[in-house]
Amino acid sequence: MSVPAALKRISDTIWELPVSYKEGMLVPARIFATDKLIQEMDAGVFEQVSNVATLPGIQRYAYCMPDGHWGYGFPIGGVAAMDPGTGVISPGGIGFDINCGMRLVLTNLTADQVLPKLHQIVDRLFARIPTGVGCHGFVKLRQDDFRSVVQQGSRWCLKQGFATEDDLLMTEEGGCFPGADASSISEKAVERGYNQLGTLGSGNHYCEIQVAKPENIWDAEKARAFGLTVPNQVVIMFHCGSRGFGHQVATDYLKLFLSVMVRKYGIKIVDRELACAPFHSPEGQAYFSAMKCAVNMAFANRQVILHRIREVFSDMFHASPDELGMRMVYDVAHNTAKLERHQANGSQKELLIHRKGSTRAFGPGAPGLPACYDKTGQPVIIGGSMETGSYLLAGMSSGADAFFTTAHGSGRTMSRHEAKKIFRGDKLQRDMEARGIYVRTDSFGGLAEEAGDAYKNIDEVVEATELAGLSKRVARLVPIGNIKG
Amino acid sequence: MPFEYRGDIAHADIAFNAWAETLEELFNEAARATMQVMVENLAAVRPTQTVELQLDQESEEMLLFDFLNELIFYKDAKRLILLPAQLSFSKTGTGYALKGTLQGEEIDVTRHMMNTDVKAVTMLRYSLSHGPEGWRATVVLDV
Repeated sequence: MSVPAALKRISDTIWELPVSYKEGMLVPARIFATDKLIQEMDAGVFEQVSNVATLPGIQRYAYCMPDGHWGYGFPIGGVAAMDPGTGVISPGGIGFDINCGMRLVLTNLTADQVLPKLHQIVDRLFARIPTGVGCHGFVKLRQDDFRSVVQQGSRWCLKQGFATEDDLLMTEEGGCFPGADASSISEKAVERGYNQLGTLGSGNHYCEIQVAKPENIWDAEKARAFGLTVPNQVVIMFHCGSRGFGHQVATDYLKLFLSVMVRKYGIKIVDRELACAPFHSPEGQAYFSAMKCAVNMAFANRQVILHRIREVFSDMFHASPDELGMRMVYDVAHNTAKLERHQANGSQKELLIHRKGSTRAFGPGAPGLPACYDKTGQPVIIGGSMETGSYLLAGMSSGADAFFTTAHGSGRTMSRHEAKKIFRGDKLQRDMEARGIYVRTDSFGGLAEEAGDAYKNIDEVVEATELAGLSKRVARLVPIGNIKG
Repeated sequence: MPFEYRGDIAHADIAFNAWAETLEELFNEAARATMQVMVENLAAVRPTQTVELQLDQESEEMLLFDFLNELIFYKDAKRLILLPAQLSFSKTGTGYALKGTLQGEEIDVTRHMMNTDVKAVTMLRYSLSHGPEGWRATVVLDV
């Protein structure tokens, strides 16, 4: 039982720690969760979300989503809006894996058509998409080319023939955060990342083949608008980020901020992982630019991976990606900071929104959404554990209070160390195959860490987001094939 | 036991404590704890490649932070799994310096039992301290 006595219940799904909970809190901290999920939250969530509430310039509340768990600096699932004029930017509110995100791709194939070839498809994906520790990609770049990639994101992929105009339209911010200047990134970050374009990585990163069964369609109208039109339609979901490049950007600026935060700006923080700098300081602006470079690298990375997925399906079914209906539903970013306009104190205001392990979820009619999603709201892709299934949801107008943000995944309940003691990767692989999920991995140890029982129940997490008015369930997607690093 | 993984500090990440009598041994243990997250059988890593290392920092604590980040850097940039072969420490006018060599080889999935990628060293609960029983570090790695 880790719930603090000071935690107040505001509604069925909103819990609040008042500013009196901890010295230095500037705003209350709010956690979205059902009764059950709040009881299961680890103590780190309460400690960390209340730490976030002490950051200079924070507006309204420090938030944590229902899949929240212990992170570093911010909790995973953390959201904070800063006044860009008086507030700070903190790499700890974005994470090391900048723009780790999810992409969902349609096919017009059904499970009956895919299942006979499932092993071949998964084996081919595993061979064609590099996975695992230190993997290098198939796109061979010079370091200068890589600088173009990080400035242009998916636009670079379009020029190289790895993307379509429609792909860019279906990616958050068109697959390119403007204002990414490669002069803000270190040589070391470039050296670390330029060989990794088109790689999945490891940990909780994966590429999964899933089925939308008729009984798992929650909102038929929105499902149709998102492209789920055939019973037992096969879709592909994948999760990865900016790889070593983004990790190095975050490390470089964490160190820089630690060196200037107190000495130059007199900012005192309660946790070194919350190192920050005023948004409009030279250091804050340099990090904002470097972070955008990493965001763009991640968009390009997922785009190149999508190109490979299309090639594999095209080869296996002797048809073009167009003929197979391989359109993107959407691409959502998890770990970012972005200037957005939101309501604050009764008027529209530009705010710097930090989202760490949480997803932007614009409601219907929001500017910036493709016209086809104007009535539905933004597609939200929430990955569950590899054993249990994932969700497609839609942003809701009622999400304004949380700056139109929702959960990003199941959220862990068990440490990786503990999971590895309890589960065995090879046995898990056999068990999953017996249950109709064919998995290929580089690492049985890594597979064991990702066992379904190490995570919260995805059904409860997404239900909590719907009850809280953050995102509405559209379809549950069940896995049949998976590749993992 | 010179290092020990901890399940009670972080859920999504990997935490460890390391301790040793000398600073050099502590850096060695922390390196092994970090690299073993990625490669289960470190004994199978052959010392066929050598990388020279020189780092300067204001404190021994931040020197360890930079040192572990160097190991993570080479894993991505050169696909090298490296461990320290020789390390020497000295005081400088503004802090501390580390000079040494790292040895190891390129990842070979046919011989190396790969685990989970380490993305970064975090500042969560991060510490390096010296007491009557020697050096002790707590490190949380982002994976």
